[in-house]
Amino acid sequence: MKILQKQVLCDLQGKRIISLKVLAPQIALKAKPGQFITLMVSKEGERIPLTIVKKDKDSITLIFQEAGLTTKLLGRLGVGDSLYALVGPLGHATEIKLYGKVILVGGGVGIAEIYPVAWALKEAGNHLVTILGAKTKDLLILENELKSVSSELYIATDDGSYQRKGFTTDILKEFLAKDKYDLVYSVGPIPMMQRVAEVTKDFNIKAIVSLNALMVDATGMCGCCRVTVGGKTKFSCIDGPEFEAQAIDWDELAKRNCVYQDKEKHICNLNKFS
Amino acid sequence: MAKEPVKAGELSALKRSSNFSEVVSGYSQEDALSEASRCLQCKDPRCISGCPVNINIKKFIRQITENDFSGAYFTIREKNDFPGICGRVCPAEYQCRKACVLTKKDSVFASPQAINIHFLERFVGDFGMNNKLEVVRTPDKKISGLKVAVIGSGPAGLCCAGELARLGVKVIIFESLHHSGGVLRYGIPPFRMPRDILDFEIDYLKNLGVEIIPNFIVGRTKELRELFKEGFSAAFLGLGAGVPSFLGIPGENLCNVYSANEFLTRINLMSAYEFPKSHTPISIGKQILVIGGGNTAIDAARCALRLQKMNNIEPDTTIVYRRTEVEMPARRLEIEHAKEEGVKFKMLVKPEEFKGDDRGFVKTLKSLECKLGEPDSSGRRRPVAIEGSDFKLDCDLAIISIGLQANQILTSVTPEIKIDKYGDIIVDTQTMKTSLKGVFAGGDIVGGEGTVIEAMGMAKKAALSIKDYLYSFC
Repeated sequence: MKILQKQVLCDLQGKRIISLKVLAPQIALKAKPGQFITLMVSKEGERIPLTIVKKDKDSITLIFQEAGLTTKLLGRLGVGDSLYALVGPLGHATEIKLYGKVILVGGGVGIAEIYPVAWALKEAGNHLVTILGAKTKDLLILENELKSVSSELYIATDDGSYQRKGFTTDILKEFLAKDKYDLVYSVGPIPMMQRVAEVTKDFNIKAIVSLNALMVDATGMCGCCRVTVGGKTKFSCIDGPEFEAQAIDWDELAKRNCVYQDKEKHICNLNKFS
Repeated sequence: MAKEPVKAGELSALKRSSNFSEVVSGYSQEDALSEASRCLQCKDPRCISGCPVNINIKKFIRQITENDFSGAYFTIREKNDFPGICGRVCPAEYQCRKACVLTKKDSVFASPQAINIHFLERFVGDFGMNNKLEVVRTPDKKISGLKVAVIGSGPAGLCCAGELARLGVKVIIFESLHHSGGVLRYGIPPFRMPRDILDFEIDYLKNLGVEIIPNFIVGRTKELRELFKEGFSAAFLGLGAGVPSFLGIPGENLCNVYSANEFLTRINLMSAYEFPKSHTPISIGKQILVIGGGNTAIDAARCALRLQKMNNIEPDTTIVYRRTEVEMPARRLEIEHAKEEGVKFKMLVKPEEFKGDDRGFVKTLKSLECKLGEPDSSGRRRPVAIEGSDFKLDCDLAIISIGLQANQILTSVTPEIKIDKYGDIIVDTQTMKTSLKGVFAGGDIVGGEGTVIEAMGMAKKAALSIKDYLYSFC
């Protein structure tokens, strides 16, 4: 649970995305693309889930954006510090096989979650078209890493500060209109994944997304992470975290993820995090 | 005339309902002596068969009357490893006290006149703890040094670990959460099960040489077969009843609709009642509905009401149940305590649909009134919804507490372990053996939700079988 390496991937006016390499031999041994861990920064901390972005012989790499109190406290840890708790790997792994032509759509810090899946899909012989999106150039992560595993890479920024101005889903739509693809895999902010669901539905192509529902134990015990998929209640932690995008009740998920917004602001203010 | 039952000391409702301090302070020595002297010492004591682990109740009560409290302690310990815990959480009114000869015939649960066996057990358990009484270790040379994996640190796991450790077996408990104790930690609130009692028992096991590895999910972090490869000779699965059930009605995934497991875990395991000192948040409603009639529902309601008081909100917490109070499976004492604290009860209600506001937060529960029909398979009268009786209950927070299903993380990757249609592990009930060699199971993962003492009873039985099984390695 010791932090071996820390890298600030981007820092835009204090909005940082950070990569931590954490000593976790047992988790590293088992982790598969698409799986996650749950961690606690301190004894009084929350349990939060984070995707396993990379694994080495005895360590795993986690990438997160400083958003709420827990990620901000996590961002304060340095090399040599230890996490209070770390458990995993959790959730089902991505089904890796030869699909054929796959489009990957990653947005914001969700790009980190795309990376291990891209790697494995490439290994399995798939042709990968990767579309990355960020608010602005300085918040774009893992461009080179994804370039190395993708056959084609496209980037959209909301403000047009880098490559194309606009949204990843605009590019996705163009690709689906001109060619046939076998799968779309996407991770990013909820509005983006929801748009992926809409666009792929129009073209009748299967889309898998990995959800970032709130969790507590992350082993199926509490049901905090429940999400409606195809009219049925599923637990993101044990049934997911991946689901077919078009079957998800996105409106419900978006609302459920905001339950503690006010409390989060309050606790951040108290701890003098703006 | 027979003496009146001795009441156990407790904090007044006013004093206790805005904190998580223990409600029942229990018997003083004088109380215990007086209550024990009421026991008729029946020739044919029915209480013993009313106890799921057959504690020699008659004997330990007699020992109390003889001022032999340590003798009483060891009598209980023959059958029950954690009297301090069971004396606090056992539903005695359905078990030993119901069987007590002083309970009126055909009574659904114990009469008030029945001997307060649970309070006596608790007194004796606490006496043992305070005086550091220890059951003699009986290391069995033939098997000492062999390694057994115990999966889960709840009541079953702790009990099995203790039994084996006393034989000199090396026991390692694997716990998926960051804290040990299972349901005793995340489920039962501190005002019923003070954490120092639980910590004492866990520390005692550690002193016996039991090792506890937290943050380790067998089935994920490592599979059972790997543990065997690493030198474990046997395994005990005390996985618990893991996954909360929901009603399956519209609107159940609105914001601020919790499972009781989530609500209680946030409070008990994550200390959300201390937010923001603790970082895990919890919503505190103004009008709270708790749906269900078991101990978990009562625990959730009493926690919810405490949170309201601690946050200067006018308490408004209601338990909504589809049958009536008599059919509620909860302990009578908890029902009384909840009422004293101000929890309201609304019986004969069938929830139909939650409705929310634009932001997705729950606002009302549409329901139907019920009446009681013929008894169902549980022997309790079945609730029958009355057509056209629709009504609405306002709520800005709802807690669903209608039971749990098996957690299948381990069994899903260990198909050699046979499970039933509910996902519970099938065992030989005499030996607690599963279908996989060297693997035993007990507690809620066997046969669904039960009580702490039932779990411990199964664990003790399993420990004996494991001992026999370990002999095959000699």
